[in-house]
Amino acid sequence: MSNPKSAYNIPTKKSKSDTHIIVVWVDNEAGVLARVVGLFSGRGYNIESLAVAEIDATKNISRITIVTTGTPQVIDQIKLQLKKLVPVHKVADFKREDKKVIFKEMALLKVVGNKNKIDKCLKACKTFNPVILDKTKKSVVIQITALRREIDKMNKKLKSDGLVSTSRTGAIAMTRGSEIFK
Amino acid sequence: MSKLYSGAEIVFKCLKDQDVEFIFGYPGGAVLPIYDELKNHSSIKHILVRHEQGAGHAAEGYARSSGKPGVVLVTSGPGATNVVTALTDAYMDSVPLVCISGQVPTHLIGTDAFQECDTTGITRPCTKHNWLVKDIKELSKTLHEAFRVATTGRPGPVLVDIPKDIQFAKIKYTKPKKEKKINGKLHSNFSQDEINELIDLIAKAKKPVVYTGGGVINSGPEASESLREFVRIIGFPITSTLQGLGAFPGDDNQFIGMLGMHGTYEANNAMHDCDLLINIGARFDDRITGKIDEFSPKSKKVHIDIDPSSINKIIKVDLAIVGDVNEVLKAAVKTISLKKNGFKNSNKQNVSKWWEKIEKWREKDSLGFINSKEFIKPQHAVQRLYELTKNQDTFITTEVGQHQMWAAQHYKFNKPNRWMTSGGLGTMGYGLPAAVGVQIAHPDKLVIDIAGEASVLMTMQEMSTAVQYNLPIKIFVLNNQYMGMVRQWQELLHEKNYSESYSEALPDFVKLAEAYGCKGIMANNPNELDHKINDMLEHKGPVIFDCRVDPDENCFPMIPSGKPHNQMILGPNDKKDKKITGKGKALV
Repeated sequence: MSNPKSAYNIPTKKSKSDTHIIVVWVDNEAGVLARVVGLFSGRGYNIESLAVAEIDATKNISRITIVTTGTPQVIDQIKLQLKKLVPVHKVADFKREDKKVIFKEMALLKVVGNKNKIDKCLKACKTFNPVILDKTKKSVVIQITALRREIDKMNKKLKSDGLVSTSRTGAIAMTRGSEIFK
Repeated sequence: MSKLYSGAEIVFKCLKDQDVEFIFGYPGGAVLPIYDELKNHSSIKHILVRHEQGAGHAAEGYARSSGKPGVVLVTSGPGATNVVTALTDAYMDSVPLVCISGQVPTHLIGTDAFQECDTTGITRPCTKHNWLVKDIKELSKTLHEAFRVATTGRPGPVLVDIPKDIQFAKIKYTKPKKEKKINGKLHSNFSQDEINELIDLIAKAKKPVVYTGGGVINSGPEASESLREFVRIIGFPITSTLQGLGAFPGDDNQFIGMLGMHGTYEANNAMHDCDLLINIGARFDDRITGKIDEFSPKSKKVHIDIDPSSINKIIKVDLAIVGDVNEVLKAAVKTISLKKNGFKNSNKQNVSKWWEKIEKWREKDSLGFINSKEFIKPQHAVQRLYELTKNQDTFITTEVGQHQMWAAQHYKFNKPNRWMTSGGLGTMGYGLPAAVGVQIAHPDKLVIDIAGEASVLMTMQEMSTAVQYNLPIKIFVLNNQYMGMVRQWQELLHEKNYSESYSEALPDFVKLAEAYGCKGIMANNPNELDHKINDMLEHKGPVIFDCRVDPDENCFPMIPSGKPHNQMILGPNDKKDKKITGKGKALV
């Protein structure tokens, strides 16, 4: 079948779950986040992370970025169901492996310990654009921006070096190059 | 400067601009300003129900039989929560409803005020969209938008929650703007290439079947005309879902009966063995598909639907045409007559062998039953009702259960919008209030609710509504003293442990009818059935007909849960080797 919508030959049972980043542009109105999130919980889809904020104050547009996993069929349903919501303008879907798209998360890490430990932590964070937001004699708050799995790794690794508290955002995404998603 | 109107007045101005003639509702504290305004608007008639669920179902019956959106007006708190069942029902069956609910004044929202509830929160998953109007400036725009959302694309219910202070606030009124397509929520942009591909598949098919659903009815009466033309040109067998009945004439030879769990042997076997399946306005519901892995394994599948999210949701298809059924079918018919000379030469021969096979399946007479001289068999009762009413333009509603399936199997529909039943949600208590709404829309037509004694008691209070407005609805109760479908499943799955499915302490329906101020008729014997049905039909007012039927009758044929189409139970003697086991037992 030449039709791109033809999917019958894709075996449903064997298809494995992939991680996708779904970006939704919505009217920034009361209850809109509940509509989007309620759709996910009501239909049994999964949300790994969520980031939402207004991006256009004159047009009242918010951008919601959701990291989710699902089979190709489930991801298709998520997109189609989202598009049916009245306040939704457009829906983009990126695979995590997609090289044309930048994904970033931010984390704040609080490390408590002696200078040795703090320096060790700062060194470990070196590749993730560390910014020191606060520093005392026995503590530091470091901001890093990285991929989800990198933050996961740091989060684990620094535990033994005095990491006492982690706060992190959901992933946000942007395409590379001059094109924008229409 | 133009005149200032109160929020309540604006509600009515909007309803008038939307050509609303009837509101189904129930007053209460938070909607009193709107009820106060009612007296000034003689073109809009309010139908007072006895429970808000009844208002919702009546509006559904009105909408489904007339093609216009149904309007519901309820108060805050319990008024709104009571209508949730009807909204969910309308959402599942794609019925356009506009529900206006009162809300506590804006400054009290969030304080657990008297009769406050989070109405938009509660109804968010059971409406297409809902709005809480917190600013009088938004009111008229929101109400017009509500009608637009409810009636366009795949129709469905919407809710507008209006706090009481907004109903009192004053503002200028602005007329609705001309419809413009926004947000890409309307989908009818299929291409001629897709139509050509469909025609190619049709020309190649040797064993095709057309499977139609409620989408054909929702697309309007013209869509049924287009469907008839399309199916007659291509000469294919056609089956229908529960919701699609009436789109194609039920007594036509090309119609092979309803399909699915209680569909005919020929329809289900045709679905299983076909090489081309054309789904028109149906959604591959689980009552239709049976076991997904073995659903129609050898066929190319085409799906025509207005809702893109219905495509590939359950069953992956080879060709998807997203668009309004009527437009797609018209385009298909046009293409056939232009390119294929109307299929005058080849197509019917292509499928003649397939028709022979279907005729063989038909000989099984899967809807047959053993009639009795002693008991009224429920199937016989529906058949007699059909024979005695088929010469009139009759509207049938049902409750949910065995009687619903018997009505679908044995009552033949020849026109769309004549059959109102709760399919998706399966709401017991739907039929009586729905009949009220149908009768409102068609005051001179015969409206019958084919009911079960358990279902009908769930919304029996609406008989008061029927009596108040002199609506001559006929409630034809197939009384088997059981929640029949529950009992049937307990027989098949739970070793005849009829746990709580016996209707103990039933009322005397004749006396109950008289208590409501209408006529009660009871039939106990097959010999008296015809003349009692005629008594019912001749009576000018509402009637409750207590038809005492054989309590042990089961609804066959049946695809047991978890089984594919070609493993049907045909009758009571056929169930031995088709016992429901393992995973099938856990399915609904």
